[in-house]
Amino acid sequence: MNGRHQTERFRFAWLPYLTLFAMLGPLLAGLAGTVAPAFGYMPALGTRDLSLDVFRSLMAWPGLYDAVRLSVTTGFLATAISLGIVTLITAGWVGTKSFRILERLLSPLLSVPHAAAAFGFAFLIMPSGWIARLLSPWLTGWDRPPDVLIVQDPYGLAMTAGLIAKEVPFLLLMVLAALSQSNGTRRQIVAQALGYGRVTGWLKTVFPSIYSQIRLPVYVVLAYSMSVVDVAIILGPNTPPTLSVQIIKWMNDPDLSFRLQAAAGALAQFLLVIAAMLVWRMGELFVAFAGRRWIVRGRRQLLDKTLRTVGFTAGVITAASIILGLAGLVLWSFAGFWSYPDILPDNLSLRSWARSGAGLSDAAFETMIIAFASTLIAVFLTIGCLEAEYRYNLRITRRSLLILYLPLMVPQTAFLPGLQTLLLTTGADTGRLPVILTHLVFVLPYVFLSLGDPFRSWDTRYATTASALGAGPDRVLWRIRLPMLLAPVLTAMAVGFAVSVGQYLPTLLIGGGRLQTLTTEAVALAAGGDRRVIGVYGLAQTTAALLPFLIAILLPAFLWRNRKALRHG
Amino acid sequence: MGDQGLTLENVEIRNGQNTLISINTHIAPGEVLTIMGPSGVGKSTLLSYVIGNLPPGFDAKGRIVLDGHDITHLPTNKRRVGILFQDDLLFPHMSVGENLSFGLHADIKGRAVRRMHIEAALTEINLEGFANRDPETLSGGQKARVALMRMLLSNPCALLLDEAFARLDTKLRGQVRNLVFEYARKRDLPTLMVTHDQADADAAGGECIHLLEFGKPN
Amino acid sequence: MRVPFLAAAFFAFAIPAAADPEPSDWDTVLAEAQGQTVYWNAWGGSTATNDFIMWVGERVSEDFGVTLEHVKLSDTADAVSRVLAEKTAGKDEDGAIDMIWINGANFNSMKQADLLFGPFAEQLPNWQFVDVAGKTVQTDFTVPTEGFEAPWAMAQVVFIHDTARLSEPLGSMTEILDWSKSNPGRFTFPQPPDFLGSTFLKQALIDLSEDPSVLQNPVDDANYDAVTAPLWSFLDELTPTLWRQGRAYPQTGPRQLQLITDGEIDLAISFSPNEASTAIANFQLPDTARTFVLEKGTLGNASFVAIPYNSGSKAGAMVVANFLMSPEAQVRAQDPSILGYNTVLNMAVLSTEDRAKFDALELGIATLTPAELGTVQAEPHPSWMTRIEADWIKKYGVSE
Repeated sequence: MNGRHQTERFRFAWLPYLTLFAMLGPLLAGLAGTVAPAFGYMPALGTRDLSLDVFRSLMAWPGLYDAVRLSVTTGFLATAISLGIVTLITAGWVGTKSFRILERLLSPLLSVPHAAAAFGFAFLIMPSGWIARLLSPWLTGWDRPPDVLIVQDPYGLAMTAGLIAKEVPFLLLMVLAALSQSNGTRRQIVAQALGYGRVTGWLKTVFPSIYSQIRLPVYVVLAYSMSVVDVAIILGPNTPPTLSVQIIKWMNDPDLSFRLQAAAGALAQFLLVIAAMLVWRMGELFVAFAGRRWIVRGRRQLLDKTLRTVGFTAGVITAASIILGLAGLVLWSFAGFWSYPDILPDNLSLRSWARSGAGLSDAAFETMIIAFASTLIAVFLTIGCLEAEYRYNLRITRRSLLILYLPLMVPQTAFLPGLQTLLLTTGADTGRLPVILTHLVFVLPYVFLSLGDPFRSWDTRYATTASALGAGPDRVLWRIRLPMLLAPVLTAMAVGFAVSVGQYLPTLLIGGGRLQTLTTEAVALAAGGDRRVIGVYGLAQTTAALLPFLIAILLPAFLWRNRKALRHG
Repeated sequence: MGDQGLTLENVEIRNGQNTLISINTHIAPGEVLTIMGPSGVGKSTLLSYVIGNLPPGFDAKGRIVLDGHDITHLPTNKRRVGILFQDDLLFPHMSVGENLSFGLHADIKGRAVRRMHIEAALTEINLEGFANRDPETLSGGQKARVALMRMLLSNPCALLLDEAFARLDTKLRGQVRNLVFEYARKRDLPTLMVTHDQADADAAGGECIHLLEFGKPN
Repeated sequence: MRVPFLAAAFFAFAIPAAADPEPSDWDTVLAEAQGQTVYWNAWGGSTATNDFIMWVGERVSEDFGVTLEHVKLSDTADAVSRVLAEKTAGKDEDGAIDMIWINGANFNSMKQADLLFGPFAEQLPNWQFVDVAGKTVQTDFTVPTEGFEAPWAMAQVVFIHDTARLSEPLGSMTEILDWSKSNPGRFTFPQPPDFLGSTFLKQALIDLSEDPSVLQNPVDDANYDAVTAPLWSFLDELTPTLWRQGRAYPQTGPRQLQLITDGEIDLAISFSPNEASTAIANFQLPDTARTFVLEKGTLGNASFVAIPYNSGSKAGAMVVANFLMSPEAQVRAQDPSILGYNTVLNMAVLSTEDRAKFDALELGIATLTPAELGTVQAEPHPSWMTRIEADWIKKYGVSE
């Protein structure tokens, strides 16, 4: 008996269970809805006989080998290269001024929706894109764009590059969070004092403990890169497309029996991701083994200067490719006629914005409703869980952290088709509410991960002081803890908002096509190839994701303008 | 008189197998009991048991009786025990006045009446007109006085001091310490102080218990 | 299974009046439509079309109190799949879709699966203006419409070329092949099963066939290989000379326009004689773009709207379908600066005033006159398209 608030022991206790259900319920239901049809069980279609026929017809699809190969190569390449870049940047530059500049450049890019980043990136690198235009024809001699397959190449290299540009900011932020919880900087200094180079020292003394903390985020990147749909539609090949894109195509086939094949494909995708994680894990063990031998050999330098330059250059290229891509979107959205090899449009006009006006505001409104609702629910559940954890001394364990990452590690294409089929066959309506709840599955983990640390590291002596002054636990929460945590709460909301804004597949599949958000519109328009409208929607999408971050910075600054202690905390 | 004051009746705090503290004592109103010892012996853990939020991983038994009432199982906000930590812990999002008002007992009703109380309290600690100030702009001594007054306004029946003066520089420390003890005596508050500073113990003047490495009193 | 007209009529009468509106009782339809929301599932890949649909929405809201929501599809098959899924799930009322922009194979499969409401089209008030004799508005890819869909635009295949790079029209598929061989990488077409890509395949088949009339009947296994052999040998020769050596394709028609502006390709297929003019006005094509048709003629068809059997806003949908056939909407649709779709109306039966509005429309800079557009070839039976599409995907769509 520790005597802490026993009288209201069970008031918050159900929240962690509700949260768990909100996160895992749709996931498990979706997986069940995938597995059954994959083995031929789909009463709605009149098939009840369990068999492997569906897998046989999946195997017979001539594009299967290429689709699987694409999924595997993009997954491994994107993950390994982004991890490598982030490691080199951090190892070579952490603590320097350049690192802070790079960090400030990359952090906001995290919330740029994947689709918008992919559009911008495509325009940069395509043979008639901005880079080619800058160099043509004076340097390259290309009066016409060269007929080379850069975007939508069959090896998925453009798609991989686009994914790297988006995953580097994510992993960098994860590494920074891990660094703040370890005494990495001091260890690096000790290593340098022992004569080790900056990069070598960091790799040998800091990286192992950092990696164990960012392992789950790395798996998230791996699973995401293997199964992404919107980026693959924009940058990936079509002859055949990646497995995930093909699954969505089958889902949309007028011949409903293709849903069985889609389910089998989804299950294959799921198993593929699990296998990839196992392979990655074995790679980790091997690197750890080889690394240990390398560490004790005592070599002080490993091309340190070169690696520093490589890391920094890669970081700059990453930031530049997203920023220039967004700049391209801005220009296109205001462009009049603009042809190759002109670097800038012939003239500027507001026409694209004016023409998109009504549709744009409808989609923006829908986006806001869904994002706001799912974020609000997520923040409520998260605060409830964290408060329950504090009041009842629940311990956050390794396993519950894994649960938090689970929805992010299961490929969306593996369970969303099943969830849609399940919703349809049980007669439950698709629409806004199911979409909000599905967004919640992805918003919750990010909100939780974002708010968890600041909430837990809050000095609970404030709570003790307030209680000793006679304030009950609710009063302490509302009057003391939450106001003091206003900035992190708003940041967590902004993160949740950005995650919701960026969701493509849940909106498309669970919304039954009736819900049009900025993201679904932008991806649908991508097919049309009208860069001006894509620019308009891509920018609107990016703004919708970034605006809450601006609010999260400005609102506390305004409210606490006379409260010095909270202004920089 | 035996009813009044703070009684720790056969209190024993354990961390797994180790008994950290075992204490059986009574603190009369206006008296200070000092508990001294190096860090890590569980002095602060004893205070968290008295205030009612023992950290996870510790077990405790024994009764805590305040003015004749058994408060062992009451939640913190019902115990009427005030506490001061080594940091002032003024709520950074509230003005000085709001901080005091948060402490001021809810029995005092009416906006004007409450404001009057706050103004009077500020005058008492020589901070007249500071009600709208950001606590962060106060000096260390001023903050300590606001924290003390905030605690007193909640009408506690006992006072806990958790290294309350450790952060203050030597000169200030004496002043604040005297002020706190003065109020404790004036209001007849039984006071339990943990410290590692002999000067604190000397100033308190009351009984002093020294804890050793394994929590056994010497 | 084809629904015989009588049976369908009986069906319409047998249903309680509250369930389905009777198209011939137009006043009741108008009353019922008031306040309904119509989800129109229509291909959303073209900005010009999207703008036009938005205008239709404003107009039907003003005049009839009908709210129109454009659900933008990337493929009409999505809508078909949804209605089918709803039927399978037993959702027979108030389905998600109230109206579909449809034709060809999608119409055929919906009609065969009894997924459509009707007949209604020929009872609509504005049907009186439709050019039944001169335009293929009562058959859709050889399949009789029987009033289950209402026409709203005429389309004909044209080729868009940038005269700055490809100055002379090409008269046949063989000429296109020869030109592409000597200018590798400068031609491509949308990737089937995109409807325009499949249209290119059909156009090639018709142009290369000795006797295209066999295509009017359903596919017959006995002659399929022989009939399509010229197409496959044509494609085998053409594909390596395509943009990106045929290893990637634009995913839709409008994507080709961007490729022309980017200078990547010089020739593109379009199903709208006015698309090039409209695109020039919208900065999507250089002003040197022009159009041509093949010497033997090109494919033509009509765009229709159909109403799913489980729509909850059938009256509202009929009001929209009727409005689409009105002279007001048709004039706007044909205006090259707006949409540039040819009208389905018969000029002879219009009022002088309305006819004057059509006459006042200026042909777009890149638009051919009706005479220049030449022979309109009939669409093959939908089964051909399905079969050719599947074979194309097998041969070229999955291997790089």
